[in-house]
Amino acid sequence: MITLEWVYVFAGLVFAAFAALSVRDPENPKRLKNAAFWGLLAVSFLFGSCVGDLGNGLLVIGLAMLAGFGGLGQGKPATTGPEERQASAERRGNALFLPALIIPAVALIGTLWLNEVEIGGRPLFDAKDPTLIALGLGVALALVAGVLWLRPPVLAPLQEGRRLMDGVGWAAILPQMLASLGAVFLLAGVGDQVGRLISEYVPLDGRLIAVIAYCVGMAAFTFIMGNAFAAFPVMTAAVGLPFLVARFGGDPAIVCAIGMLAGFCGTLTTPMAANFNVVPANLLELPDRNAPFNGVIRAQIPTAVLLLIGNIVLMYSLAFR
Amino acid sequence: MQAGEAMLVLLGIAVLVLGFVARINPLLVILAAALVTGVCAAVAPGVAPEALVRAGLDTIEAFGKAFNDNRYISVVWLVLPVIGLLERYGLQERARILVSKVKGATTGRLLLVYFVLRQVSSALGQTKLGGHPQMVRPLVAPMAEAAAETRYGALPDHTRFRIRAHSAAADNIALFFGEDIFIAIASILLIKGFLEQNGIIVQPLELSVWAIPTAILALLIHGARLLRLDGRIRREAAAPEAAE
Repeated sequence: MITLEWVYVFAGLVFAAFAALSVRDPENPKRLKNAAFWGLLAVSFLFGSCVGDLGNGLLVIGLAMLAGFGGLGQGKPATTGPEERQASAERRGNALFLPALIIPAVALIGTLWLNEVEIGGRPLFDAKDPTLIALGLGVALALVAGVLWLRPPVLAPLQEGRRLMDGVGWAAILPQMLASLGAVFLLAGVGDQVGRLISEYVPLDGRLIAVIAYCVGMAAFTFIMGNAFAAFPVMTAAVGLPFLVARFGGDPAIVCAIGMLAGFCGTLTTPMAANFNVVPANLLELPDRNAPFNGVIRAQIPTAVLLLIGNIVLMYSLAFR
Repeated sequence: MQAGEAMLVLLGIAVLVLGFVARINPLLVILAAALVTGVCAAVAPGVAPEALVRAGLDTIEAFGKAFNDNRYISVVWLVLPVIGLLERYGLQERARILVSKVKGATTGRLLLVYFVLRQVSSALGQTKLGGHPQMVRPLVAPMAEAAAETRYGALPDHTRFRIRAHSAAADNIALFFGEDIFIAIASILLIKGFLEQNGIIVQPLELSVWAIPTAILALLIHGARLLRLDGRIRREAAAPEAAE
């Protein structure tokens, strides 16, 4: 049966190739650091399940040290120039989009039908993670299609992938690191303490002030944690259920549904939500990508503030009838 | 544990904020915050130093386990070889050519169309149809830039970067305020599970319908902002040095 572990092995091999190709990149003065970083990440994907918790912890420390002291460089594999690309785009036409669209198409089909594929009465794919398995499958198919059609030099897909990967740099594992920090916060009971502070020090004696405290609290705690999922249980247990639902008679479904969306307004404004706000700034090569509030976040803040106010109004007017 | 000592775990958040403000590499800041949090959670009156060292090791183990369990988050980088290969053969240039042929295309209108498509597909549960490595970098951002270039010629750098930032923002906002309408998305299931633990039974559909008012509001607010973006691009293109 094809499981998520297969996808991890696939990703591990790709990261290992990035590492190997980095070693021989004369254009990158930090080539050995890049190689070590992508190499360690490859180890995590290939062998993460067998090195134990402490082993994984040490591996993470290694990754952070490599990125934190001196940083990584940008690999510069040989690629095509602007004129070649323009000529190729004009010659090959809109068919160039097709391989790129294979990935979402397979992801779509995979989520819907992958679970039903059987060979000899046994499911071919692990039913737990159809989307990620479909993503891996889509990438493999798109690569095969692209290579057969475009006939690039053998190493071109990996070299071009490495060019983009170095552009993202250490920020590539920032989302994974933040998720892990969230797990440690959960173990240590950080959320419970924040919730206790709010319910102790904010006077929640009116319906409107309680709605505002819950929605703004969701957004603010999400801002700190980078993830509304971490804020939701804390704020709802501290303010949502005891005050909005129990004392003021709010509908729990409406309170929770809109409360979560108030948290998403916080996600739009925080560098802690790295995969949404920091990774694209790197991918799009924004000049302020390392600023705490980069261009992506600044483009989102007005919408986030207006929507937070909108969510407060919606919850106040819909949840108490 | 007393209240004062329990509050110590909040020091981890302080480390996080200070680290970000001091512009220290976020990966190091996150590790430090995790260690501080884990060790502080073990502090109690008369605790032995060895117990704190033990707590530090336990934290490293917990962090390593969580990192390993969360590998699925980084699987998305698998798409880079495909995107890079297609870029080598002119994918971004092709996206620009396509947009320059559409009459009436502006950056704001184009991003609004993408916003609606992304919001609707997310509402139907297809959250993987967009995304920054797969769609925004190779297609959406080049198209949004090309729409402005077709009208105004070469753009000032700050305008170009503003358009790129708005391309990423449109993807995020449409996703966030579309996906909750789908009944089987993680956040809806989290709410359902949380309420169940507290003795309140709700069906996913009861939750997801209440994501619709905010979704409409998000479309109105961000849609209006995107259309106003066109005016700003026009002004900046006309007077490149006068703009901020």
